[in-house]
Amino acid sequence: MRHLLTLRETSESDIRFLLDTATALKEILQRPVKKVPTLRGRAMVTCFYENSTRTRTSFEMAAKIMSAEAINIAVAQSSVAKGESLKDTVRTLQALQADCLVVRHPSSGAAHFIASQVRIPVVNAGDGRHEHPTQGLLDLFTIRQIKGELQGLEVAIVGDIAHSRVARSNIWGLTRMGARVRLVGPRTLLPADVDRLPVQVYTDLRSGLEGVDVVNVLRLQTERMEKGLLPSLREYSRLFGISVQSLRVARPDVLVLHPGPMNRGVEISDEVADGACGVRSAVEEQVTNGVAVRMAVLYLLMGGGGMSGQD
Amino acid sequence: MRKVLTGGRVIDPSQDLDRAADVVIEGDRIAGIVAPGEAVGDAARIDVRGKVVTPGLIDMHVHLREPGFEYKEDIESGTRAAASGGFTRVCCMPNTRPAIDTAATVRFVLERAAQVGAARVHPIGAATRDMQGDVLTEMAELKAAGVVAISDDAFPLQNAETLRRVMEYCAMLDLPLLTHNEDRALTHRGAMNEGYTATVMGVPGMPRVAEDIAAARNILMAGCTGCRLHLLHISTAGTVALLRQAKQQGLPVTGEACPHHWVLTEEACQGYNTDAKMNPPLRTPEDCQAIREGLADGTIDCIVTDHAPHAEHEKRVEFDAAPFGIIGLETSFALVYTTLVRPGLLTLPEAIARMTVAPARVLRLPDGAGTLRPGALADITVLDLDAVWQVDRDRMVSRSKNTPFHGMELQGRVVCTLLGGQVVPVERPE
Amino acid sequence: MDAEDVRRALTRIAHEILERNHGAGNIALVGILTRGVPIAERLAQTIQRIESTPVAVGRLDIGLYRDDYAHRPTVPIAPSAIPFDVTGKQIILTDDVLFTGRTVRAALSALLDIGRPASIQLATLIDRGHRELPIRPDYVGKNVPTARQEHVRVLLQEVDGEDRVVLRKPSG
Repeated sequence: MRHLLTLRETSESDIRFLLDTATALKEILQRPVKKVPTLRGRAMVTCFYENSTRTRTSFEMAAKIMSAEAINIAVAQSSVAKGESLKDTVRTLQALQADCLVVRHPSSGAAHFIASQVRIPVVNAGDGRHEHPTQGLLDLFTIRQIKGELQGLEVAIVGDIAHSRVARSNIWGLTRMGARVRLVGPRTLLPADVDRLPVQVYTDLRSGLEGVDVVNVLRLQTERMEKGLLPSLREYSRLFGISVQSLRVARPDVLVLHPGPMNRGVEISDEVADGACGVRSAVEEQVTNGVAVRMAVLYLLMGGGGMSGQD
Repeated sequence: MRKVLTGGRVIDPSQDLDRAADVVIEGDRIAGIVAPGEAVGDAARIDVRGKVVTPGLIDMHVHLREPGFEYKEDIESGTRAAASGGFTRVCCMPNTRPAIDTAATVRFVLERAAQVGAARVHPIGAATRDMQGDVLTEMAELKAAGVVAISDDAFPLQNAETLRRVMEYCAMLDLPLLTHNEDRALTHRGAMNEGYTATVMGVPGMPRVAEDIAAARNILMAGCTGCRLHLLHISTAGTVALLRQAKQQGLPVTGEACPHHWVLTEEACQGYNTDAKMNPPLRTPEDCQAIREGLADGTIDCIVTDHAPHAEHEKRVEFDAAPFGIIGLETSFALVYTTLVRPGLLTLPEAIARMTVAPARVLRLPDGAGTLRPGALADITVLDLDAVWQVDRDRMVSRSKNTPFHGMELQGRVVCTLLGGQVVPVERPE
Repeated sequence: MDAEDVRRALTRIAHEILERNHGAGNIALVGILTRGVPIAERLAQTIQRIESTPVAVGRLDIGLYRDDYAHRPTVPIAPSAIPFDVTGKQIILTDDVLFTGRTVRAALSALLDIGRPASIQLATLIDRGHRELPIRPDYVGKNVPTARQEHVRVLLQEVDGEDRVVLRKPSG
């Protein structure tokens, strides 16, 4: 594995390696001195063409705990504003001797394109509506940690599936690890030919949540409404909002995830977000686990000779 | 000076001709087609034994990029690519800079083509000024200057009222209107066909119905105005059916298809391959099948390339940012022969008809375009049906390399063309 | 060495540890993964048998502290498990073979990141020489003079199904 671009193209054994490594590395986060020397002298460059303080900070934490330099290119103020092409920008970063590029870009496939242009490992930190593999991994990690294993679990992904890279990474990662995936959302937010994905599709929340072990709630971008894909947030919230009430049909030990940032009162109620009223919400653990998973990714990709025992 | 092409198989669909014969050329005109060895006198003999001789192929849908985008292609390089692909005539779309929307630009293109062209060039005029969809161009002047059609290619007319006025003008001037059929409200940010592949890739899609709705509207408006309508680069089964129905109703509608739309599917975009990004986009196997059937039953009149050169620096970018379009002149005949004729969907004369006499009729091209009748300009294509070759993007005559057919093995190749009786050798870049 | 030799060596080391540290009161054993761990566990059992005092045992993965990360394939990281506070303890670090000293160097760094032991002592079943760092074992089961290219393999019941030490000449 040279890059991490998608979970669709990541093998079960690589996913397992990353989750196991993240489990081992998470221990470091609990130490008083959160630092290991593993990646000393290495430089991870984050290059975000879309704002995302959360993801970028998580990668920076991961790099710094592993003793790598974490350098952020403030894209908006840099050469992009001067019309430099993505190809030239990433080649320049490589020439500056970066050891790993972490890229967020609004265009689907941008990470693939960058990987084709440079010799150093590329981590996709979200490309358009395509994939967000480290988010997918941290969701798998969180579910596995709390539920014990992924095999056989029934997981509902609820909300704006069409525009969601988190949904796509979850679908491929979860199904590869043996979980069953349901997609739940209004017809206008489901992608074309959705029934050809390895999932079950529901446009009714109640039947979609019936008997599920895990609910992954997607963020609803409010501009979806402005583009005429939804009548109103109020109606969306009533039909698809995750509340203590709507979770009643799920399994009693149902686990709720949300990639953040949350729109409380829209796709998720306050009680569910805060894990009140007996709801098992893992929203904060997801953030911590994100650092552990990204440490594992950097450990795997920035090593000298690929993975031991595999090619 | 008299020339004779001897020993070939002559196929001229305009006169229903397919037999071993010699073609006699007098000056820049066809003098006649005679039985093998019958031509007498002191003629220069061009030996075409084992080859096929056809009227010069016509591609009524290309983008030559001059004026304005000469770094992609210009009239010289584009017509050389055309000649290497067996074409003696091409019709160039108006989306240049400035656009072909004034008589001056038309004359510029014609003059350049006369000076440097390795094939004849017929400009197509814009429907609205600078293709903005607002103000009609001075179509009568465009026609007088030499345009053979009016088109909104690349900037499809969205407003039905504007479309109506353009069609009324075209009908009055007896010019065909060539429409790119796309309802932009349905495709606005799309970069490939809407469907499973786009869903997995996370690329905004362009639904097939967006083409069908626009085609249906344009057909209805043609019926209303009496304008001769030609549907450009048909890519969906729905539009093939609409065209078939329109013809059954006797409406003045014709249509064309490009090889990529029946050879490739949306899956060619996988890996974010920008050389498979074009508009209309590559569709599904069902659409490919419908286009093949439409060509076989004559619903689709013409085969074109929509040759759309783009520079490497424009195509080697993220998928969203890449421009639409691929080159096609140098692969067109081989694709037709390999994917339509050899599998038996079309006979060779039927395929040649769709690349010669059919576009000549749709556009009413002058000077005996698309025929080998005596008196016609001696524009001839010589084909080798046995040659097997591999498409190599780095060995294109075109200034651009954006082909999705790179590496594909094809059968059938152009030996040379004759333009007004003069041999134009095929270039084979190393 | 056969199984009996290994047993005798570990019993002797257990006695030496107790003697040097004046009993088992403040000691804890930390085995370096993989084969240092069963050695630590066996020493702990022996010490407990002699002193009737339980001794804490931890396991340490030094993968994150290796100095050759840039040049070798990435190895899986096993969770370290040190179920006690190392600060103030006499830590006995155990491994199967002491060679260049680089593994021990990494283990020292890893331990010091976790806390501040009173002292760290080093026990090894085999010392084969060829040190590349100024590291010296406190307890040695057996000194085995070797050529640099030779391989020393320690097999342990818990990991390999038998107790044995084999010396192999480089093949080819």
